[in-house]
Amino acid sequence: MTDYLKLTALGLVALLAAIAANFARDMAYMVHAQLIMLVAGGLFLWVIRRAGEPRIPIRQDQYMDGVIRYGVVATAFWGVVGFMVGVIIAFQLAFPVLNLEWAQGFANFGRLRPLHTSAVIFAFGGNALICTSFYVVQRTSAARLWGGNLAWFVFWGYNLFIVLAATGYLLGSTQSKEYAEPEWYVDIWLTVVWLAYLAVYLGTIIKRREPHIYVANWFYLSFIITVAMLHVFNNISIPVSVFGSKSVQVFSGVQDAMVQWWYGHNAVGFFLTAGFLGMMYYFVPKQAERPVYSYKLSIIHFWALIFLYIWAGPHHLHYTALPDWAATLGMVFSIMLWMPSWGGMINGLMTLSGAWDKLRTDPVLRMMVVAIGFYGMSTFEGPVMSIKAVNSLSHYTDWTIGHVHSGALGWNGMITFGALYFLTPRLWNRDRLYSLSLVSWHFWLATIGIVLYASAMWVSGIMEGLMWREVDANGFLVNAFADTVAAKWPMNVVRGIGGILYLSGGIIMCVNLWKTVTSVPGRNFVPVAVPAE
Amino acid sequence: MHTYSRLREFADSWMLLALTIVFICVILWAFRPGSRKTHDAVASAIFRNDSRPASDAAETEQL
Repeated sequence: MTDYLKLTALGLVALLAAIAANFARDMAYMVHAQLIMLVAGGLFLWVIRRAGEPRIPIRQDQYMDGVIRYGVVATAFWGVVGFMVGVIIAFQLAFPVLNLEWAQGFANFGRLRPLHTSAVIFAFGGNALICTSFYVVQRTSAARLWGGNLAWFVFWGYNLFIVLAATGYLLGSTQSKEYAEPEWYVDIWLTVVWLAYLAVYLGTIIKRREPHIYVANWFYLSFIITVAMLHVFNNISIPVSVFGSKSVQVFSGVQDAMVQWWYGHNAVGFFLTAGFLGMMYYFVPKQAERPVYSYKLSIIHFWALIFLYIWAGPHHLHYTALPDWAATLGMVFSIMLWMPSWGGMINGLMTLSGAWDKLRTDPVLRMMVVAIGFYGMSTFEGPVMSIKAVNSLSHYTDWTIGHVHSGALGWNGMITFGALYFLTPRLWNRDRLYSLSLVSWHFWLATIGIVLYASAMWVSGIMEGLMWREVDANGFLVNAFADTVAAKWPMNVVRGIGGILYLSGGIIMCVNLWKTVTSVPGRNFVPVAVPAE
Repeated sequence: MHTYSRLREFADSWMLLALTIVFICVILWAFRPGSRKTHDAVASAIFRNDSRPASDAAETEQL
């Protein structure tokens, strides 16, 4: 019966998508409609071939790891894609000729830049968060994922969102909100997927067999709920036509800017911080084989972070039309955030107390510790940059780019790599990783890459800021904008080289993980002893 | 603008106070006497049930 319902729904979706493709008013919309038609048609065939076959009952005595394995592969794949696009646009900035003439309108900097940011944040980071959260919530709840195959819907639905977003950017479909570029129908789809994700996650926590909810789940859950709220409010828009991708925002002017940066900063605060802290609170203690340093501190870390982060957005709008009190509020809360951030960093680092020797032999743990170090560094730098006086120098310069990348490459990237190295042997039931020395290569390439990147951007950013504000004795500006562009050319090249190092580390990781799955002997199963009760 | 002013006044007085009190209570609750045992048990949850779900509630109740 459900098969017939599914077939009817899929058939209808394919038909409607075909109609939409026919009436499409712009190319991005047409390509997306065709894509949805193909996906729905493919699923239709897939369902019809399996219709009427007996269902394999879901085994509640096993964890649902298949979807996590897919998530690990997707994370590694999108990671390398995102890093590669990043390297390309870094060199496009240094050598404008790389904005190839024949690819204008598709592969120039303006089109590729949102592709890069979304690929690394939402495709790489998002897949990493989804798959690690599914792993962590099952292990710490001692229960299989709730909702049967709903987790598969979350995985495929999220990746369809990414494909729609990425192709949309290249074809010029964007609502021009940073980190929230996808247009209205892609936003609606993400909302559906995200609510399914929330349902799977919450359902698993509700049916848990452990009496308490482990702190990592608090972080993951806050990330899921907050992102749902932010996404909906920042994407309230009215489509110009149901057959076109263009939409108009309901908020306008400074209200729109405030909502956008309320969203934007909490994308950093809850997507890239809270979610990844969930990873830290599970994988660091697991890899160090010691419980977290202070569970009390982790509770305070959580609540302080949640109470403070949501107010920090206005610091993106210093010296704009935003009222002064709002900007000051954002600045004050950003500075207060320094405390929970460092509390969390200390908690993560001190988890190693008594096990520091493991850093010498375990490059995976080393990766995680460096990630925590970068977390501490960028959460110190952020509050400093949110101070109005500093911001007047740093805003709109490369310093911001350097800050973001020390956080994204150092904290998010490194902790994700650590988690992938942790997960792969366990998920594919392998004895160990294929090569620890390749992990060390990855570690050093990535670390040196970040250092090159961040230091180049600091120098370039401060130089830009100083050049822009330099006035002569009569009060005239000394430098034209083009002067600063010329002056930062060497730093732009160094940034690109740092990116190449980071990208090569990522490729080495993929090779290592691939070889771990294909050529490392399987783990010998020791039957679990069940205590007599 | 009347709604705005009223909401604004409420937000930076009673709501601020309420949230601050909630926050302080959460912190105090974390430090309540006897919480150490619970926290130690939760912190070590990651080392249990690594390969399969708990088969029944009895296994974890021994905490």
